[in-house]
Amino acid sequence: MEASKVIHAIYTDDDVLMSAVKKVKSEKHHIEEIYTPFPVHGLDKAMGLEPTRIAIASFIYGCIGLTVAIVMMNFIMIEDWPQNIGGKPSFSYLENMPAFVPIMFELTVFFAAHLMVITFYLRSRMWPFKKAENPDPRTTDDHFLMEIAVHGNEQELESLLKETGAVEVNLVDKEEAH
Amino acid sequence: MYTFSKKLKTVSIALMIIGALGVVYGFMTSHKSFDEVETMLAEEASHHGGGHGEDVAHAAPSHDEHTSEDAHTEGGHADTVDEHTKHVEHVQHQIANRPWSAVYVAAFFFFMIALGVLAFYAIQFAAQAGWSPVLFRVMEGITAYVLPGALIVLAIAVASHFLGHNSIFVWMNENMTNPEHQDYDKLVAGKSSFLNLPWFIIRGLIFIAGWSLYRHFARKFSIAQDNADVNDNSNFKKSFRIAAGFLVFYIYTESMMSWDWIMSVDPHWFSTLFGWYVFASMFVSGITVIALITMYLKSKDLLPFVNDSHLHDLAKFMFAISIFWTYLWFSQFMLIWYSNIPEEVTYFVTRFADYKLPFLGMVVMNFVFPLLVLMNSDYKRIPWFVVMAGIVILCGHYIDVFNMIMPATVGDRWFIGIPEIGAIMLFAGLFIFIVFTALTKAPLLAKGNPFIKESEHFHY
Repeated sequence: MEASKVIHAIYTDDDVLMSAVKKVKSEKHHIEEIYTPFPVHGLDKAMGLEPTRIAIASFIYGCIGLTVAIVMMNFIMIEDWPQNIGGKPSFSYLENMPAFVPIMFELTVFFAAHLMVITFYLRSRMWPFKKAENPDPRTTDDHFLMEIAVHGNEQELESLLKETGAVEVNLVDKEEAH
Repeated sequence: MYTFSKKLKTVSIALMIIGALGVVYGFMTSHKSFDEVETMLAEEASHHGGGHGEDVAHAAPSHDEHTSEDAHTEGGHADTVDEHTKHVEHVQHQIANRPWSAVYVAAFFFFMIALGVLAFYAIQFAAQAGWSPVLFRVMEGITAYVLPGALIVLAIAVASHFLGHNSIFVWMNENMTNPEHQDYDKLVAGKSSFLNLPWFIIRGLIFIAGWSLYRHFARKFSIAQDNADVNDNSNFKKSFRIAAGFLVFYIYTESMMSWDWIMSVDPHWFSTLFGWYVFASMFVSGITVIALITMYLKSKDLLPFVNDSHLHDLAKFMFAISIFWTYLWFSQFMLIWYSNIPEEVTYFVTRFADYKLPFLGMVVMNFVFPLLVLMNSDYKRIPWFVVMAGIVILCGHYIDVFNMIMPATVGDRWFIGIPEIGAIMLFAGLFIFIVFTALTKAPLLAKGNPFIKESEHFHY
């Protein structure tokens, strides 16, 4: 387990953080991670992160949910035990389809939402009772933290970050836990 | 300042002239004699084989006009010849109704775009939205059509009684409330304290007056805010207050307007969420037109302050309200389909029997297409993609209005032909002419709006 040094720059405003990110990126430094108390729009683009693929996953999950609903209702209400509800056609899926639309909708949403959350947790390596990776608890309140790897250029980085409006710049040892 | 380009002006005037010719042609060819209709029906019957055409026409005519006939038939043991005469006369009426309905549908469609934009505009003020002020002048331009458009719709409705033969609204026939007359209809008579011509006109004028007053003052405050001192937001505050008041007025009057101007074409039928349903239609059409006109002006470099994010947000609204429309359409349909009460379900029976293609095609155009095309976030920023989706949405909502009016007035005698397309062109030309003329009256940036900086820098 190798210990590397990182710089933690703390900001108190998301707009300042955004311009700082752009500045740091333009100086060709690699930003390891940013911790924010709330999602900051456009931050992912400014950091140069790859676009998320969760939307594609969500679409696929929705399609699975829709299929499950169709197959399920066809089995339950048409094949296995046709029931006469209000005189509606009970031997034809297509003719009885309007009655199943709410179920189709709900299961589509259910599958998309739940599987998307689970995917997100797996992808972010999060699970119950996991020790928080958050380096500074203030980032859950009103502070923003930018983490930058140091390769022997602490002085340069420190002055750059101070210049971008960081209220605090700390050099810390980071254990490579993962 | 924007100047109405000569080319566009020519296009709009050409549309109006060609459209007017189509409308006139529609009216001139709609008066068929009894013999002509009889021959036509006989030909149709022989095409379909053995009186089939007549059976279909009998099975699914507009039920309102038939109620009195049915009652008459039961009492009087009408023979087949009498029945045949009635049927031919009925078809004759339907054919005569078609140009009226075609003009009415197109007039209502363009009017509802302007009214939907007016509601959207008021919501921006009431919510003190920060993203949209760069689009306010486009919206104000479109809402200039509310007053002329609404007056035209009301005028056509009234003219259909005085000049036509109650060609759109059967309840305008006074004989329907007269117990002595053979046209007497108990249900229409029961509703006559609300559905009568003077009260219909007065209500219409109240609605139009309220909407136009809001539009007049909102526009006035918007311009005054431009010329006011930087620290003086009093005009914005006034606009905020009247927007909140207007929205309350709007949601009541829009609902009542949709009963009056649309739902009453089927005076026996009613749906409690009809107002919402029409609202969803006008809202999504309005937002689509904002997006289209914004993109048109931007392509001419007249809106440099509008960026991709504004387009993205408009496209999100188009996507979301399309789904909202589907939700209401389906809610209305499913409850009526499920409960299967004759007086309600007849509405959808007519549409499934005679309007299968427009009725189901509209769901594809208004729901499936925008759902799949506008789902991807990146596509909402590509202008030609949004234009394509917008055109399909607008066509779909025209057909939506078509489906609301036509089954009651022309029954199975519908077609989207010269009268319909002519009427669309006539009102499209008028709409373009009025909207773009209004756009020339003020700078295209509402520079005095207190949120204008936020809006210019809006990015997602």
